[in-house]
Amino acid sequence: MKNIFSTRWGIILVGAVIGIGAALLQYFGNPPNMGICVACFERDIAGALGLHRADVVQYLRPEIMGFVLGAFVAALLAGEYKPRGGSSPLIRFFLGVFAMIGALVFLGCPWRTLLRLAGGDGNAILGLAGLIAGIFIGVGFLKNGYSLGRSYAQKKAAGWVFPALMIGLLLLLVFQVSFAPGGPIFFSAKGPGSQHAPLLISLIAGLVIGGLAQRSRFCTMGAFRDVILIRDFHLISGVAALLVFAFIANMLLGQFKPGFEGQPIAHTDHLWNLLGMTLAGLSFVLAGGCPGRQLFLSGEGDMDAAIFATGMIVGAGIAHNFAIASSPKGVAAFGPAAVVIGLLFCLLIGFTQRDKVSA
Amino acid sequence: MSTKKVDARGLSCPQPVVLVDRAISEGHTDLEILVDNEVARENVQRIAGKRGYKTQVRYEGSDMIVNAAKS
Repeated sequence: MKNIFSTRWGIILVGAVIGIGAALLQYFGNPPNMGICVACFERDIAGALGLHRADVVQYLRPEIMGFVLGAFVAALLAGEYKPRGGSSPLIRFFLGVFAMIGALVFLGCPWRTLLRLAGGDGNAILGLAGLIAGIFIGVGFLKNGYSLGRSYAQKKAAGWVFPALMIGLLLLLVFQVSFAPGGPIFFSAKGPGSQHAPLLISLIAGLVIGGLAQRSRFCTMGAFRDVILIRDFHLISGVAALLVFAFIANMLLGQFKPGFEGQPIAHTDHLWNLLGMTLAGLSFVLAGGCPGRQLFLSGEGDMDAAIFATGMIVGAGIAHNFAIASSPKGVAAFGPAAVVIGLLFCLLIGFTQRDKVSA
Repeated sequence: MSTKKVDARGLSCPQPVVLVDRAISEGHTDLEILVDNEVARENVQRIAGKRGYKTQVRYEGSDMIVNAAKS
């Protein structure tokens, strides 16, 4: 059976759906220029669970659960559900931690980088430049035989663990469970965490995008990587569609506000916007996917991707507990140091995890 | 030149593609690539096609074998 979503027009369609979907989710209540942000939304989940106590960014984002469950169902229907794992899980966990730290110094994942750009936020140019720089460094490692080793088939039920966790989180949200007075579960009363589209709209958007992205293999990191590595423009046509259609939708909905100063949930520290996303981009290449793609892979049964996603959620806790995550006021006290440590970690992994080049 | 075998099973994206591209740049005109998931199969076929190779796939259990030959 031909998979129409993995064709050129398929990936463009999926990029357009994500771009328009994100603009609409913002219109329905999600934070500005954050219709969808995988890093930010995982951070909000970490907050809701009490892994950090930044009271403005706590919410169980149903989009994230939708991404995993939508991909899970799509993979099952297509016969592509294949539990697998065992490719350097601990390294992948820490790549996830540092990917989140880099993303939270900039304030966004690759998807939000594009959405910030489509909303007129000039600071996103620095983020995008950093992302590409990080991917460029990672491609150098790939060319020199970088590999985290093979994964192996796992038992059928193993791949259910992460989707089951998502169902659990969804139930906690639906029933607004409280484990103690005041929380957990924590829900922000103000700030970005308090801004969200109605549950059902968010969940359906997540499921649809998760399903489509699983079929099309949509990946923002992979898009730039393939252009640099093999001059292949397949995935990047989807990324371009996301940017263009989010921009058009923002214009139509009156959500486009160009400038650098006073942009929503953003700061103007150019250097650390750039280096934060350099760290994130490098981590994504070394782990083999952007945060969104890692969630879709988790849904397909890829337990290594699920470890990376778990690392990102824990990384969000670390980033907010240890004054690493930026805020609209600027970079936090320990943000730069954490980015430097993360870059050193990634370089060390890149240089040491290699197979012999002669194949 | 004899058939170049590339075992890309269990490798995550983009390593199957990197291995195939390397084999192609080494001048092998006849490749037999082993992959174990649909994404890797699609990507391997895409890169081989781009480099002017004709590909054929056959399924063996949970593995897929992509034969690529310079056309």
